[in-house]
Amino acid sequence: MEQPNLSYIKELAGDDIAFERKFIDIIKQEFPLEVAEYMGLINKDLPRSAAETVHKLKHKFNILSMEKAYVFSVNYEEELRLGHTELHPKFTAILNHIETYLKTI
Amino acid sequence: MNCIIIDDEAAARAIVVQLCSKVPELDVIDEFSSAIDAIKFLNQQTVDLIFLDIHMPGFSGIDFVQTLKDPPKIILTTSDTNFAIAAYEYEAIVDYLVKPMTLGRFEKSIQKVKNTLSKQPKSENRESASSGAGEDLYINIDRRLIKLKFNEILLIEAKGDYIEVKTEKESYRVHNTLKKIKEKLPEGIFLQTHRSFIINFTKIIDIEDNSVLIEKNVVPISRSNRPELMRRLNLL
Repeated sequence: MEQPNLSYIKELAGDDIAFERKFIDIIKQEFPLEVAEYMGLINKDLPRSAAETVHKLKHKFNILSMEKAYVFSVNYEEELRLGHTELHPKFTAILNHIETYLKTI
Repeated sequence: MNCIIIDDEAAARAIVVQLCSKVPELDVIDEFSSAIDAIKFLNQQTVDLIFLDIHMPGFSGIDFVQTLKDPPKIILTTSDTNFAIAAYEYEAIVDYLVKPMTLGRFEKSIQKVKNTLSKQPKSENRESASSGAGEDLYINIDRRLIKLKFNEILLIEAKGDYIEVKTEKESYRVHNTLKKIKEKLPEGIFLQTHRSFIINFTKIIDIEDNSVLIEKNVVPISRSNRPELMRRLNLL
């Protein structure tokens, strides 16, 4: 699976280490909340609402330079708006992969 | 240039703050996770530029633009380029930035704003954000001008030749018309629900079929005004 990385954040931060640290903290805080929100909506069988959360999560993929995951989630967001949840397991795998990565930074 | 950032995602706001820090002319004076909070802020203070996320739950960026009476320059931040292109019909929208943003593209966008501002006649340029213009209303009561802050007003009711302005603490009877006071109120937070009533949209407690509750006041909603009220709601 595509590996998340901090290249975009580092480029944005330049030598501003404080920003880099602060930004990582924001991602570490915001990402699990969005994942929990997404899971809750899927469990309640609310795919259209879940699409809104996928919309937010896909930005995190972008920030973590995960282009393939981003493209996948653009498609998944559209599927959810149509009420289709078949891609949920694959999306969950991406989320788990990122959660594991975030624990290492 | 004083600017604010509106985005429901903290990470996205942090990126814009960081990019702004690299452009000396930009001064981020506040950031908001909801458009409603930003509207309240803009009723108190003017800004030169808004970075606005177009895709927010409930009250979208476009809804936000439509509620502003005299919008400053706006740069949309989005991943939905189709939405962004459609938004160009609004004069205030100068550019859009696709997430994730780069410094180079960001700087170009700021240059566009500067070019637009320099083309405007000076009289049309907005006053600086510190002016505080437009945050309150003076009403004439027995030859005394009383200052009311917009966010203190609950509702205004037409009563014959008078209007009654109800605030959280007091009611004021003013010899004026609903039409005239409506012109003085910011569209973002005030809404006419009936030919005799204007309400402060942010003070709504609940809504039933034909009425809205503002604190303890039940205000009627006419059939013709109901669609606009419903459009503005952050409806689940």
